[in-house]
Parts: sequence; C-alpha cells; structure tokens
Amino acid sequence: MSDIIKIKEEYLNKLQEISELKDINQIKSELFGKNGKISNEFKKMGSLPSEDRKKVSLDLNATKNELQNLIEKKIKDIEINEINLKLKNEKVDVTLPERTFSRGKIHPVSQVIDEISSIFSEIGFNVEEGPDVENEYNNFTALNTPENHPARDMHDTFYLDKNKKFLLRTHTSPVQVRTMLQGKPPFKIIAPGRTYRSDSDQTHAPMFHQVEGLHIDKNINMGHLKGCLNYFIKEFFEVEKIKMRFRPSHFPFTEPSAEVDIGYELKNGKIIIGEGDKWLEILGCGMVHPNVLKNVKVDPTKYQGYAFGIGIDRLAMLKYGINDLRAFFETDYRWLSHFGFDPLDVPSSYRGLSR
Amino acid sequence: MKFTINWLKDHLDTKLTDEKIVDKLTNVGLEVESFQRQTSEFDQFVVARIISVEKHPNADRLKVCEVDIGKGENVKVVCGAPNARQNLLTVYAPPGAIIPKNQMKLSISKIRGVTSYGMLCSESELKLSKESEGIMELSKNNYSNKIGKNYFANNAPKVVDLSITPNRADCLGVRGIARDLAAAGAGKLKKKNSGKIKCSGQQVIKTKITKEKHQGCSAFGSCLIKGVKNKESPQWLKDKLLAIGQKPISAIVDVTNYVMLDLNRPLHAYDADKIDTEIIVRNSKKGEIFEALDNKKYTLEENMCVITDKTGVLGLGGIIGGTRSATEFETKNILLESAYFEPKSIRKTSRVLSLDTDAKHRFERGIDPNSILEGLIAAASLIQKICGGTVSKNNIQRNEKFKQNRISFPTKMLKSITGFKVLEKEMVKILDNLGFHVKKKKNILDLKAPSWRPDIEQEIDVVEEIARIKGYNEIKIELPEKIRIKPTLNYQQKLFHFLQRSIASKGYLEAITWSFTDSKVNDLFKEEKKEVEIVNPISSDLNVLRSSIFSNLIIYLKKNLERDFKDISIFEIGPTFTGSKPGEQEIVLGGLKSGLVSRLNWIEKERKLDVFDAKRDIVQTLLEIGLESNQISIDTKTPTYYHPGKSGAIYQSSNKSNPIAYFGEAHPNVLQKMELKTDALIIFEIFLDRIKSQKNKLKDLKTMFQYSDFQKSERDFAFVIDKNFKVKELINIISQVDKDLIKAIKVFDVYEGENIEKDKKSVALNVTIQSSQKSLTDDDLNRLNKLIISSVENKTGAKLRS
Repeated sequence: MSDIIKIKEEYLNKLQEISELKDINQIKSELFGKNGKISNEFKKMGSLPSEDRKKVSLDLNATKNELQNLIEKKIKDIEINEINLKLKNEKVDVTLPERTFSRGKIHPVSQVIDEISSIFSEIGFNVEEGPDVENEYNNFTALNTPENHPARDMHDTFYLDKNKKFLLRTHTSPVQVRTMLQGKPPFKIIAPGRTYRSDSDQTHAPMFHQVEGLHIDKNINMGHLKGCLNYFIKEFFEVEKIKMRFRPSHFPFTEPSAEVDIGYELKNGKIIIGEGDKWLEILGCGMVHPNVLKNVKVDPTKYQGYAFGIGIDRLAMLKYGINDLRAFFETDYRWLSHFGFDPLDVPSSYRGLSR
Repeated sequence: MKFTINWLKDHLDTKLTDEKIVDKLTNVGLEVESFQRQTSEFDQFVVARIISVEKHPNADRLKVCEVDIGKGENVKVVCGAPNARQNLLTVYAPPGAIIPKNQMKLSISKIRGVTSYGMLCSESELKLSKESEGIMELSKNNYSNKIGKNYFANNAPKVVDLSITPNRADCLGVRGIARDLAAAGAGKLKKKNSGKIKCSGQQVIKTKITKEKHQGCSAFGSCLIKGVKNKESPQWLKDKLLAIGQKPISAIVDVTNYVMLDLNRPLHAYDADKIDTEIIVRNSKKGEIFEALDNKKYTLEENMCVITDKTGVLGLGGIIGGTRSATEFETKNILLESAYFEPKSIRKTSRVLSLDTDAKHRFERGIDPNSILEGLIAAASLIQKICGGTVSKNNIQRNEKFKQNRISFPTKMLKSITGFKVLEKEMVKILDNLGFHVKKKKNILDLKAPSWRPDIEQEIDVVEEIARIKGYNEIKIELPEKIRIKPTLNYQQKLFHFLQRSIASKGYLEAITWSFTDSKVNDLFKEEKKEVEIVNPISSDLNVLRSSIFSNLIIYLKKNLERDFKDISIFEIGPTFTGSKPGEQEIVLGGLKSGLVSRLNWIEKERKLDVFDAKRDIVQTLLEIGLESNQISIDTKTPTYYHPGKSGAIYQSSNKSNPIAYFGEAHPNVLQKMELKTDALIIFEIFLDRIKSQKNKLKDLKTMFQYSDFQKSERDFAFVIDKNFKVKELINIISQVDKDLIKAIKVFDVYEGENIEKDKKSVALNVTIQSSQKSLTDDDLNRLNKLIISSVENKTGAKLRS
C-alpha cells in the first residue's frame, strides 16, 4: 500500500473519532504543517521519476482535498455545536421592556388644518396666510363694516392701541382683503389661522382657529358655493351622505349670506354627522359683497364669487369627539397624548384623510 | 327679539302649525334661538315617592325620609308631617325652589343635625288650599308613573326667541316678522289697525329741533294727552308683556313699550306738567349732567342729541328718558314723543356712555322714518282707551326730508348670483309683499325700497331679498372643478409642515397656546424686543403679545411638572410678535424637554438631558427639512435665557448675522425665576421665516451617484490642543487637507484632566480615507498622515498626543 493511502486511511479514522477543536488543529498541523505528512509527500515528489510523477500528483492532490474538506466540515460542525451550546446559556427574558422611546404627537387643530388643506387642494385651492395683528381697515372697513356699524358689536375685539387702529384679527377674512389687493383675479384660496375675540367661557376661547375660503372668478354663483361646501363636508367627515341646510343670514361682507347647518343624531352621547334630524350650525358663507370687491380693486361687474368661514376647533371637536374647547389650549400632557395624532399620519387624498 | 305665536297672529292670518311657522322663520333668515315656554317658579315642584321613613335621631316629631325624585338617585329629606310614610306619593321641592306660601327660597340645610335636601310640601305651602296638616297625598292611579315629572302644568304660552341680525331693524317689531312670513307664503298680512282717533285742540307745548352741525334728530313728532288717569295695565296688555318676560309698570309706560315691540316704533311719554315751557332738541354741551330712568347720573360730552326744556336736559334722544319728566301713577297730562334719531349719533353717544337700551338698539339699526305718525296714533288711542283723556292734534317738526332708496334692478342678476331662476312675475310679487314699490320695465324692475328697510341700498340687496324669500333650497349644487391656479403651499408653508412633523417624530407633543401671555413671564424671554401690550386684555396675566415662543410654553411646562410629570417634551410652532403693526411677527418653532434620559430604566443608565440632546434633535430636523450639513455653521452667541456655556446658534450658509436656530440648556435663572423643579431643561427654537429656500428643486439638485470600491482605510489621531479651540474648526482643517481622499471624520474622545496640561484638551479623531481612482499604498497613506498632522499642528498649535 502506498504511503498516501496509508496516511489517508489513518487520518480518516482519526477524524471520525475526535470532536475537539484542538485535536483537529493537531491533525491539521500533522498533515499540512511545515513537516506535515502530506507536505512531506509533496516534497518527495520532486525525486520521483517523471513517468510516476503525474499519477502520484493526482493521488496526492485528491487525498489532500478529501482530508482538507473533511477537516473543514468537522471544524464547522464543532463551531456550530459550540454556538448552540453557548446559546443555551444566552436566554434573556424578552418580555422585559424595550429600550425607551417616546411618541410625539401632532395637535388636533394642526391635524385638522392639514386635513382641510388636503381636501381643498384636491379642488385647486391654494393656502394663503395673513398677520395675526391687523389694522382696523382690513379687519372691518374693507369688509363693508364701517366704524359706526352695529355689526362691529358682533366681534369682541382685542385692541393694541388706544385709537383702535391696530387689533388682533377677529376672523380670517382680512386675508381675503390682502390677497385680492396683492393679486389679480381669479382667486381660489383658503386661509387657515389664529383668530381672537375677547370673550371667554366654556364654549368660547379668547383665541380660536378659522379657515377662510374665497373663490372669485367670472360666473361663480351660489350653486358653486353649495357644491364646494357639500364636497368639503362630505370629505371632511368621511361620510357617504350628508344632510346640509343653507339658511339665509347676514354678514356685512357677503350678500346674499347664509349659515350652513348639517344633520346629525346623538348615539350613545356621541354626535353622528350626516344622519338624524337635528341640525348643527357649522359655518357662515355667502357671495362676496360688491362693496368688498370695490374696496380691493376688483370690478364687481366683471368678477363675482363666494367666501366662507369655518371654525376649525369646532370641526376638530365634532370629528374627533372632543368636548371641551378650552382644553385645546391648556397643554395638558395627558390630553395632548390622548387626542394628538402620530406625525406619520399626514392627511392626503391617496392615503386617506385619517386612519 | 321675543314674541308669542298669538301676538304674531295679531298681524298674520295663518293656518300653519306653530312648528311650521318656526321652520318658516328659519328659512327666511330669521334665526330661531329657541321656542319654549317661559320657565316658571312652579316648574321646580316634582312628583316624588317616599322609599323609606326613619325616625330622626335627635327629634321625636321629625322623620328622615328617603325620597325617589326620578333622577336615579334618592335624596334624604327631613320632614315633620305625621302622614309621611313609605310608598306615599307626594310633591317634592328641591333646594333653590321658592315656596309659594311664604316666598322662602329653600336651601340645603341641617335640621337638628341631619342634612335635608329640599322639602316635601303640604297643600297650604303650595297655596293650593288652607290644608297645612301633613304633606300632600297623590293618588297612585294618577301619579305613580309620573315620578320626577312637574307637578304643576306650565300653561305659559311658548315664546319664540329670534336672533335678529343687525341689518333687520324692521324685524325688531312683531309686524315686521309677520310681513316676512306673509311674503314667504306663511299666511296673509292683516290690514293695519288704522287706529282712527278723535283729536281735539293743538299740541300747545312748543317743540323745536335746533339747526346745528351733528344734529342727531331729524324729525320730532308729538301729541299731548290731557286728563289721563294712569293705572295698572289691563290684563291683556300685562299678559302680552309678561309672556315675553317684560315687567308691566303702568299703563302709559306699558303702552309705549307695547307699540315699540309691536311696530318697532320706540316712543317716549313725558309728564307734561314737569316740562318747563317748551321742548328743544339740541346738541349737548360738555359737562351737562342728566339723571336717567336707570337712576344713574350721566355727565355728557359735546354734541350728544338731547331733549331739553328751559331748565335743562330731559332725556337722551332715542336712548333713555330722564327722571325729572318721568310719568307716575299721579300723572295727569302727558306729552307723547315719536321721533327719528340718526343711527350714527345714537351709536356714538351710547358707546361713550356705555348705555344700552331697547330704544337705542332699534334707533341704532334704523327705524322707519315714516312711522312717526302711526306710532303716535297707535299709542295715543290705546292710552285714551285705558286711561281716558283728550288727545291733541299731532305736531311733527322735521329737519330733513326722508328719501326712499331707489334701485333699478336688472332681473337677470338674480340667476347670475344665485344660479337659479325666478320668473319676473314672481319677483314682483315677492318684492311687493315685502313693501317695495315696483315698476316693471324691460328686463329691469324700478324699485323704491320700503322705508322700514334702510339696509336695502343696491341691486345685490334685492337679490338677497328674492333669494331668501324664495328659499335657499332652490340653490342647485354645482360640482367643484379641479382647476388649480397656484401650488397649494409655498416654500415657507411646506417648511412649517415639515418642521412640525419632524420635531413631533422625535418624541415631542405639539401644543397650541395663546398668542398673548403674562408680561412678567414674557420679560424672561423678551430680550431687546418691544413689549406689545393689549389695551383690553381678557385678564391681567394675558396682557401682552408673546415676544417669544417660550413665554407660554414654559408656563405650561410648569403646570405639567406640577401634575407630577417629570420627563416632558413639548413644542409649539406659531407666531411671536415684535411690534403692534401688521407684519411685525415671526413664525418660530420652540421646543422644551425636561428631566432625565432613561429614568428608572433596567437596561440603560439614566442621565440628565444636556445640550447635545438638543443639538441632535435640531440638527437632525434641519437636515430632514432639506438643509445640507455643509450649509450649517454654529457659534455660541445665544440669547440670555440660554445657558451661556452650553448653548449654540445655527446659521444657514454664509449669513452670520441672522441665526436660523438656537439650542442649548436653559439658563439656571429661568428655572429659578419660574420655580421649575426639574433635573434638567433643554430648549431650542427654529426661526422658519429666516430659512432660505434652495434655488433649485430636488429634481434638479440630485447629481449622478458615484461610489468607490477601492480599499478604505481608517487612521486615528489624538491632538492636544487649546481648551477653547472649537473642535468643528479642527475637523474643517483636517477635511481641507485632501477633500477627495478624506471621506469622513469622527470625534471619538474629548478628554481634559490628568496627563493633559490645564488649559489644554485632548481630542481623538478617526479619519476615513478612500480614493475613487486606486487602492492607496502604505506610502500614500503615510504621506497623508503626515500632512494631516503637520497641517493641524501648524494651523492650530496643537500637538499630536504621544
């Protein structure tokens, strides 16, 4: 029997029996070390006659590969065994709490503003904003509410100077004035923002939020107004059907003016929008008064259109079942966590307005 | 404006039910606030059942009864009646009820040591009979299913309460309401009681309106009624007034009130014998004093419209009469006034004197100037009927002639505004019913507006009249078109949304707080900014506009700390104010975070929040909203409410004058002054109006993506450098050594203390080196190493740590 076969058989047997990594390393060096048995066989090859050399070389390489493969397999097996053994002692209680994180939230008013913007964006409105501090002209006079008009009493106004020239805007309507003075028709805007009135009780806060809508073009009539609001209310409350009632009313800056009620019913103390035979007033609107258009340098014989104003806080309360307006502004950690929205909930038409 | 349906029917022939009438009112734009009975003091008494009776522990003759009053919860009532017994049905009066017999108001009280909630009543206490022996016994048959219900039926008529918009002065009288309803098809407007009256003799008290600038009276009508006997009003008149909550006073006063409510025609009755010689309607002089019927003395300003006699001021025209000429039960001769006062003048005077009356409310909105005579006749005939006397001829002084508004109305305008069509014939009918004078021309209606509708001035007013009477149900829905004129949001608005959600995603709760705040707190954050005061604040601790986003947030942080929350993260994004003029404001995002990181944590070591927590949140946010890290630079100039050594300012690109953000630990003084009890407090603010947009959109900014697969090497350096030397500069110097090869620099240790000189620190950095062209040789790397060391040492005076 050749040395090669002897070596091979001897070590195949040896490898069968061992299971320790150090034994394998021992065998590895016995075979392939500097003076290892296989290494020596290779060295011997040089002295062989050339006609034998080829065959021996083939055998030797085959043996070398076979042994090496076996050794490597053995090593892997042992390693896996070792890992498995180690893992047995590495068990943790995964029901222990995770590393800390905290969840931030978006305020319901901000969320609802985004919902409103998303809805109106779908029908081509863009968002305009104006300053919280207004002059008396933009807040009242330009909106057809002159100094001596009793309609001014409808707004309890915060003033910033004794002469009552500067004030905190009592509605978002001055944004209409600014937008129209700065541009040319057509206009198709919404203007959400903070508004202020100096009364404060359970249902009134000295600061609240409104969104103003304005669409001025040729031939815009009350049918478009009704269509726009009908679309908005359906989208906002995410209901199939909506009962809506237009009721004549009066605002100095629109004529004809209307207040809009929506139908609702009470189910287990919760307001369900769209059904039932009770009415809830949710907004005021109308056709922009020609006097207003004249004041903002728009020709009322060529252009006309509608405007509306909606209380945002109230919409948020209705949609999300919040019953105390003042809590919106009191920054109670518990309240914000409860009513706030996840920052990933960005209202959009393709992902839906709300989860 | 309140009225009963019966009163309405004085003017309206209708077959509609009350509910239909209420609907109709809503549909024509007269908003019904409520339609209900006046509450009566008898509403308090309810049917109740005695559940059990126990002896009073401290009094032999008293009992303690457990009573079911139909509210789900029983009440304890102490009672002395011998007939109080289990299961008896009787009448219960709750605390607050007034006992009819003695007009005593009940309250929760202790009777011999036992608290009694209300009372069980006898017939005599309810004034039903003289029977005072024992409490009432109600029959089981009739009352056992009425527990909790009112014992007394409320027979008061139901009252309609309308919220009248300021344009509709005419509907401050019942007749005006009836007219609208009739026009809308709810019935027929009855003919006026033309109240013919026999007049005898002249009105002998001379009346005169002075001609002067700012004269607030343009017509003054009067008549004299002699030999009256003033008395209590007859029952029908009392009932009418009582039904709508008005208190009857005397026949003369009640009649003037009745005519005002009925026809929206305010009147005033003077005791003629108290008038000195004559009536002069003139402007007041500054300092004139006058005692009004509300028993207050008013000192007048210049140019208020006053009714005077030779002695002085008798009344404020159209607002309130005076005590000196008031009618009394003894009054024999009266002068009845029916006048027209200018709305502007009324409004000005009443605002200066802070006076609001029913008459003022009406004159301010505009009274029918043609109703002077009608009012005089209506009131005089009623007074004569009730109090007797002889009525003189009328005397009407006029300064100005009233002109009716004329409008030429193009009929096609209705459809153009409302989108629906109304036949011309129907338009004419509606306008006619509303009191317009209509003349038809081709495509045009020539209109004279009714004298009681000063609000109707131009075509659009006519559109509204026709539309509201026809009904807004006629308006057809036009589906919205999806045409966009401009992008929905501009850059700054997008930033607002990104910032808001980016910060929230880092664990902060969004708050919305008032735009005004307490000046004392605001002072902590105001810096050099002007204080913006509110002239009429809602309370003294909300008296200025906030100069900083922190002025309110810090107050609410404190409140939450006091609720025993310790680790709080809140933010707000909204306006802060630099002045009291429009536009002197800036949108700021402010965040606050208090407490510890990993408080009471089984796996992580707890530690205090520090400036680098704030920096992480703010830098990550700025990158998320689209800034590049190489655009951001930082220095240490921060406002005084930041910790001077642990805070920073962030600038966008080269603009070093206007920071876009601050971050840091709060100044300990702030915590002390606010008495905040927290382990740590970090704050930051972002000034979003100062962030400039990128010139190009993202689609143009993205460059070709290139990466290198050649060998990457890392080298560590530790430099000993001046303590105050900014590490950021060190990093800049190193990265400048070879911008192509140096891919990243990390700071992995900063050390001061043992083995380092006192005014030095050791900074250890890890530099990643990679070429995009080849594998770097050891020589290449060594060369770069040396270059880095020499550059740093030369430029900063640092030494490589050995």
